[in-house]
Amino acid sequence: MTDLQSRPVRGGPAGGRVGDSPIRPDGTPKVQGRFAFSSDLHAEGMLWGRTLRSPHPHARITGLDVGPALAIAGVACVVTAADVPGAATYGLISADQPVFAGDLVRYVGEPVAAVAADHPDTARQALDAIAVSYEPLPPLTDPEAAPGAEPIHPDGNVIRRIEMVHGDPSVRGDVVVEGEYEVGMQDQAFLGPESGLAVPDGEGGVDLWVATQWLHEDRDQVAACLGLPPERVRLHLGGVGGAFGGREDVSMQVHACLLALAAGRPVKMSYLRDESFLGHVHRHPARMRYRHHATWQGDLVRVDAEIVLDGGAYASSSSAVVANAARFACGPYRVPHALIDAVCVRTNNPPCGAMRGFGAVQVCFAHESQMDRLAARLGIDPVELRLRNALGPGDVLPTGQAITGTAPVAECIRAAAAHPLPPPAGDGLLERPGGAGRTDDPGRTRRGVGFAVGYKNLLYSEGFDDTSEARVRLEDGVATVACAVAEVGQGFVTIATQIARTLLGCDAVVLEPPDTLSVGSAGSSSASRQTWMSGGAVERACRLVADQVRSALARRLDVAPEALSLTDDGRLVGPGIHVGVAEAAGARVFEASAVHRHRPTTPLDERGQGTPDVSFVFAAHRAVVDVDPDLGLVRVVQIATGQDVGRVLHPAQVTGQIEGGIAQGVGLAVMEEIVVDDGLVRNPSFTDYLIPTVADAPDVLATCIEQPEPDAPFGAKGVGEPPTISSTAAVAAAIRAATGVDVTRVPVRPWDLV
Amino acid sequence: MTRIRGTRVVDATYDLTVNGQTRQVTGAHAGDSLLHVLRDRLGLPGAKNACEQGECGSCSVLVDGVLVCACLELAEAAVGCAITTVEGLAPAGAEPGDAALAGDVLTDVQQAMVEAGGVQCGFCTPGFVVAIHDLLAREPQPAPLDVREALAGNLCRCTGYGRILTAVEQVVAVRSGDGGGP
Repeated sequence: MTDLQSRPVRGGPAGGRVGDSPIRPDGTPKVQGRFAFSSDLHAEGMLWGRTLRSPHPHARITGLDVGPALAIAGVACVVTAADVPGAATYGLISADQPVFAGDLVRYVGEPVAAVAADHPDTARQALDAIAVSYEPLPPLTDPEAAPGAEPIHPDGNVIRRIEMVHGDPSVRGDVVVEGEYEVGMQDQAFLGPESGLAVPDGEGGVDLWVATQWLHEDRDQVAACLGLPPERVRLHLGGVGGAFGGREDVSMQVHACLLALAAGRPVKMSYLRDESFLGHVHRHPARMRYRHHATWQGDLVRVDAEIVLDGGAYASSSSAVVANAARFACGPYRVPHALIDAVCVRTNNPPCGAMRGFGAVQVCFAHESQMDRLAARLGIDPVELRLRNALGPGDVLPTGQAITGTAPVAECIRAAAAHPLPPPAGDGLLERPGGAGRTDDPGRTRRGVGFAVGYKNLLYSEGFDDTSEARVRLEDGVATVACAVAEVGQGFVTIATQIARTLLGCDAVVLEPPDTLSVGSAGSSSASRQTWMSGGAVERACRLVADQVRSALARRLDVAPEALSLTDDGRLVGPGIHVGVAEAAGARVFEASAVHRHRPTTPLDERGQGTPDVSFVFAAHRAVVDVDPDLGLVRVVQIATGQDVGRVLHPAQVTGQIEGGIAQGVGLAVMEEIVVDDGLVRNPSFTDYLIPTVADAPDVLATCIEQPEPDAPFGAKGVGEPPTISSTAAVAAAIRAATGVDVTRVPVRPWDLV
Repeated sequence: MTRIRGTRVVDATYDLTVNGQTRQVTGAHAGDSLLHVLRDRLGLPGAKNACEQGECGSCSVLVDGVLVCACLELAEAAVGCAITTVEGLAPAGAEPGDAALAGDVLTDVQQAMVEAGGVQCGFCTPGFVVAIHDLLAREPQPAPLDVREALAGNLCRCTGYGRILTAVEQVVAVRSGDGGGP
């Protein structure tokens, strides 16, 4: 039986230093079904919470009567906007989203009320009994019309506009290619639903076990809405069933705490899948117009881009997403002159925010489509054109920032291109487009190969003071690590144990359960940042502990500390001395805390110029597809990739990130789209929103390019996002090659091809 | 004892046979799914609740040896059936309910999933473990495409399935005496 006492996660068996592939410390309970996900939690006397949501994309609430719900036996309480004691609104960057809608609802699925009852069914009945009167208003659903339309929110309809001017945007090339591109709304579709358990402490405070990407940020937003000081709201990480950006924003956190405090009993909330689709932000749909200028020889001269992202009803992280879209709009190429106009607008569509790739995915589809267009126009091989223009160390980006770290773009391209191509499709089940339906005519099925390259930043940008804190204790040969990282599946728990083992020369590592009580913020599990930021914090704390052990050993040996050197594999070496740090520590206890910061960055100025980023990460993808031209069905056969990783800390986990990220990129290319029709979400289920199954997943051939990043702990770059950035564009290119159809929109739908 | 609230039967009582043990269910609603009863009344959260409409396979369990989505089964309809959840999978040679299960003794499928890197967030993992055991019990040496066909009812959002397929290959190799080392 799972319980509230999250047990410390023990490290795997001996070995498992940096560079090895030890098993995940949480792997054993996960395969046994004993790992406590946030939706598995129970408490004595617990109630079930559920949320009433708006059926309208835009409407005025003219009446709200919760009395009939309260009259149902088993219903403990109902809360609405009138019951929010603190801030009425919350948000990641600007607090513009109501905890519950007051006078207005601005999207389908906006929370209006929440109930707590003795059984999920009773709670559902109670939702049905709440009487809400709506006066529907015309929804604003066209993002291009939003800037000039009547504001649908006091903050206006333009969330952020970036006008980036680089070089001399009046310069012209010998050749100009233009295109318009569109990206649909993708969902993170993590499998573990939004869920958690709020437990009132009897003194007006509350404990919340929840699946999130950033405990301390959630804590601050929840406390503000509850009108409580942060220390009276204690967040604990419930097991997280995937995230991919979709858990950066608060979903059920405030609602569960309000219900628990109102009822005076623990309240569990766990969204059903349809509610999950409405209850978290999505990847921004994009419309993009591009113009590329180049010389006859194929050198890029200038890129113009107009990018419109639909932010939906509330801001979430849109202002950072649109900044990414602007900064990476030109792709990983030397572009001396650029004019980028990127805007994210507010509409009555579902709110959009963070998803793996964060603004770089949308523009990658556009800039890579343009590169293929340019290659065709110039009669140059698409791979050659990319190599010719590939960024390298020292090159200057459209923000004016120079790349000071590694930038193995050409190496990624060559590695992706060097993988063997797959054999022609056989006749086996699932080997043909249409799969087991065997609907294609093998004589007409066409194969295509496409190529794409992408990049984005690592870590937070634009002057954000990004930190992570860790505390490490060494006692009796056991290292205990406290760090509030949200383990969302990425495997930071494994990396933390590897770092501690390596630097302290120990075998046993215990990770304390992450919470907001025992250690400071680790920052968000996003932006491919935890290996660098929290890996860096764990590294620093371990080195401080090792240094304390060195001083103690030196005193014991009556030598100067400098006589003992500390090796990078956790040993103390000196005249006649060669001992592991943990062994030298013996029974004494050593403990240290450390905060890791990356070097400062700057905001963008009014021309979009500055030094906004710390580091960049690159990948190239080659896709092979088979297409049934009669039914427009696509089978993605193989994806080959070369990825810039800095240094591989855990080969099996890096492979898993690459394969998993590519599957999401393939999904966006050929099947994944939230269909929004006049503000209504038409497909909020896994029946109608398709993600790749194992029958859809391509074979993946991956090469990691290892060039240690100078600033990064152990030289390692984050690896989570690059697989998702250019794999979509590569599949689209392969479909173009197979069919001759000018694919300008992803996901590619059957009717786009026939 | 059964009470009626509106048209709903609440507080139903019945016995289920889960992982070799008879478990009494009390206070249930008549419409409760097997998934709800396992997770929320019997304290067996291994079957997961990712979609609750039979699309994702994360709640895969065996009912009388047949692989089903527990979210689509009425709990009361499973009275008299032998239900096996991920918690009841026993390493070869052990019986369901063995004391070994309380510890870290894994089945070959579970061990391979961990070692091959088939586990990331882990939410789909119990369902995959049950489905892989079911597949290999029916077909000890499945062809690669048959593995994909058999597991296509289990969604995973993290891994892209590559490491899960590797885990299956390793189990097949070891069971057929090919060693299956790395």
